[in-house]
Amino acid sequence: MKYRFPATMGLLAIVLVAGCFSPAAAQTAAKKTVAAKTTKAPATKGTVARTPWGDPDLQGVWNDATSTPLQRPTGVASKDTVAGEEAEEFQEQLANDLSRDRRDGGPEVDVNRAYNEHWMDSRRLKITLDRRTSLIVDPPDGRIPALVPLSPERQKTRAARAAANARFNAGLPENYTDMSLPVRCIIRTDSPPYLPTIYNNDFQIFQSPGFVVIAPEMIHSARIIPVDGRPHLNKNLHQWLGDSRGHWDGDSLVVETTNFRTDDGVIFQNANPGTYKITERFTRVDGDTLNYEFTVEDPMTWTKPWTARIPWAKIDPAEQMYEYACHEDNYDFVHFLGGARDREKRAAAK
Amino acid sequence: MRPWLRVAIFALPLLVAMPAAGQQFPAYRAPRMADGHPDLNGVWQAFVTANWDLQDHEAQAGPHPEVMAEYGAGPAGQSIVEGGEIPYQPWALQKKKENFANRTVTDVSSDEKWHELGDPEFKCYMPGVPRATYMPFPFRIVQGSSPYILMAYEFTTATRIVHMGSQKGPAPSWMGWSNGRWEGDTLVVDVTEQRQESWLDRAGDFHSDQFHVVERYTPASPYHMLYEATIEDPKVYTRPWKISFPLYRRMEKNVQLLEFKCVPFTEELLYGRFRKQAAK
Repeated sequence: MKYRFPATMGLLAIVLVAGCFSPAAAQTAAKKTVAAKTTKAPATKGTVARTPWGDPDLQGVWNDATSTPLQRPTGVASKDTVAGEEAEEFQEQLANDLSRDRRDGGPEVDVNRAYNEHWMDSRRLKITLDRRTSLIVDPPDGRIPALVPLSPERQKTRAARAAANARFNAGLPENYTDMSLPVRCIIRTDSPPYLPTIYNNDFQIFQSPGFVVIAPEMIHSARIIPVDGRPHLNKNLHQWLGDSRGHWDGDSLVVETTNFRTDDGVIFQNANPGTYKITERFTRVDGDTLNYEFTVEDPMTWTKPWTARIPWAKIDPAEQMYEYACHEDNYDFVHFLGGARDREKRAAAK
Repeated sequence: MRPWLRVAIFALPLLVAMPAAGQQFPAYRAPRMADGHPDLNGVWQAFVTANWDLQDHEAQAGPHPEVMAEYGAGPAGQSIVEGGEIPYQPWALQKKKENFANRTVTDVSSDEKWHELGDPEFKCYMPGVPRATYMPFPFRIVQGSSPYILMAYEFTTATRIVHMGSQKGPAPSWMGWSNGRWEGDTLVVDVTEQRQESWLDRAGDFHSDQFHVVERYTPASPYHMLYEATIEDPKVYTRPWKISFPLYRRMEKNVQLLEFKCVPFTEELLYGRFRKQAAK
C-alpha cells in the first residue's frame, strides 16, 4: 500500500463528481507561452475577472486531477493528442493502469489495489479535456529530456534512495528514514510543481493586496506568494517548500521558487539544489478553468528545460476543502515499521 | 459602581464580549477593504506566554533539565483567563493534573491508544483554536474578496479557512470548523468540530468533543488587534470562560512566515523504537 489515509478525509475526496470540466477549456486560440510548442494553449477569453485592487482574480477552489500522464506512453508516441475511439481507448487503458477492477497479480496485489481504489478521485480517471497524451508539452515528444551524466556522489545518493524504496516496497523498512517524505507527512503535493495524484487534488487560492496564497488539500501548508516585488529570502535560508515570489505577466501569475532545502527527495526528481529552477504560470482562461504550467530547468540534471501544463477545473463551492491531518493519525507508519520487525522475527524463527 | 462595570457584569452571562479594546487602546477605525469591512491582512503574533500555561505561572524547568538545562525552561507569565482560573469540573481538574504529569509521555505502538498520552504539541500535531493564536509563532491573515479568510500559522504550517457565513462542519478536525461574521469592526469566528484530543497549553489544559470557541478579532491600532475568545464545554467546565490578549503586527521589513515543519523533530521519539536492531 503506497499511501495511508485518514478515513474521514478520504471518503470525502472520493465523492467528487466527474466531468465538470468546462467545454470552454477545449477552445484553442492564438498564441500562448513560449513553452507551449506542441499544443496550442487555450488563451484568455475576453476580460479576466479582477480583484477590487486590480489583480487578475484567481480566487476559488480548483482541482487538477487527470489521468493524462506526465510523460507520453510509448503506444501513442507520435501523437500529442488523441481523438474519437482512440481517445476512449487511451483513457480506458490509463484508468486500468491506475488500478481499476483488475484480477492479475494474485490476492495480495488485489487487496492492495482495492484499498487504493477506495481513495481514487474519479476525476483522476479522465484524460485532459483537450485529450492530450502527456502533461509535458515541451519537448514535443512529451518526455522528460535525457539526464546529463551525474556525479558519482549524486549517483550514490540516488542508489541509496532506490534501495530504501525497495526495502519499503518489500515490507521491510529498516527505519523511518527509509520512508519517502510524503509517507513521513513532511511534504506531499504542497510543494511545487503540483502534479495530479490519487486523491486530494484540490487547491484553494486566496488573494489579498500584494499576495497570492495557494492552500493545497494534500497536507495543510499554504504557499504564501508575495507579489509585491520584495526580494527572495537570503540564499542561506532554506525551506521544504522553497521560497516563492510572484509577479503578474498580463493576466498570468508567474511564480519563481528558490531556496529549497537540500535533503534527499525535497527537490522534484532529485534535481541539483544549486542549479535547479522552477517557474510556474497560473492563467485563468475562463470562469471555470485555470491553466497551470510549470517549467523546470537544471543543467546539472537534464540536457534541456522542460514544461508541463495541467488544466485546473473550478470546483463547486459546496465541495469545500477539508483538513488533511497526515502526521497526526499516521497509524500506517507504525504498521509499516512494526510489520517489518515482525516479518524479520518470523523469518529468523524459520 | 462605575457604569461600564455594571454593563460588563450584566453582559457576561450573555457571552457578549466586553469592548475591552476601548480600555487598552483609544478609539480606532481600521482601514477598509472594498467591501467596507476592516482590513485585517498581515502577519500577527501574540506575546503572552499562555502556551506554557493559560493561568498564572512561574518560570519553570522543562522536562529533563539534566540535558536541556536552561534551553528547556519556560518563562513566567500572568493569566490570560478572565478571573484568573479556568472553571473546571472537579474530575476535569484531576485529569488536567494527570495530563501535565504525562505531557512528554508518548506511545504510538497501538492505534487505539495513539492519542492517549502526551501534549499534542510535543508530537507536532496541529494545535487547534485558540492555542494556535498564542503559540510563540506568527500567523498570517489572508483576507481578499472571496467569502473565505485564510489563517496560516507558522507552527507546523497549520492552516484554517474561516467561512464567512454559517455552515455546518463535516467532521472533527484538528483546526476545527470556522464560521465567520462581522460585528461592526470585529471579526467574530465561531469554531466547532475540533478534535477532542487537542490541548490548550503545556500545562495539560484540555477539553472534550463539546468544545466551542467564539473568537473576536478587533482592530485596535495600525499595529494591534485585540483577541478575545469565549470557551465553553459543558462536559469539562462549570461555565463558559474567556481569554483575551493583544495581537501585535510584525513590522520587520519584508517579514514573512518561515517554515516550522516539526515532524522531523519528533520522528526519533515517536518511531525510533521501531528501528531494525543490529544483529547480535
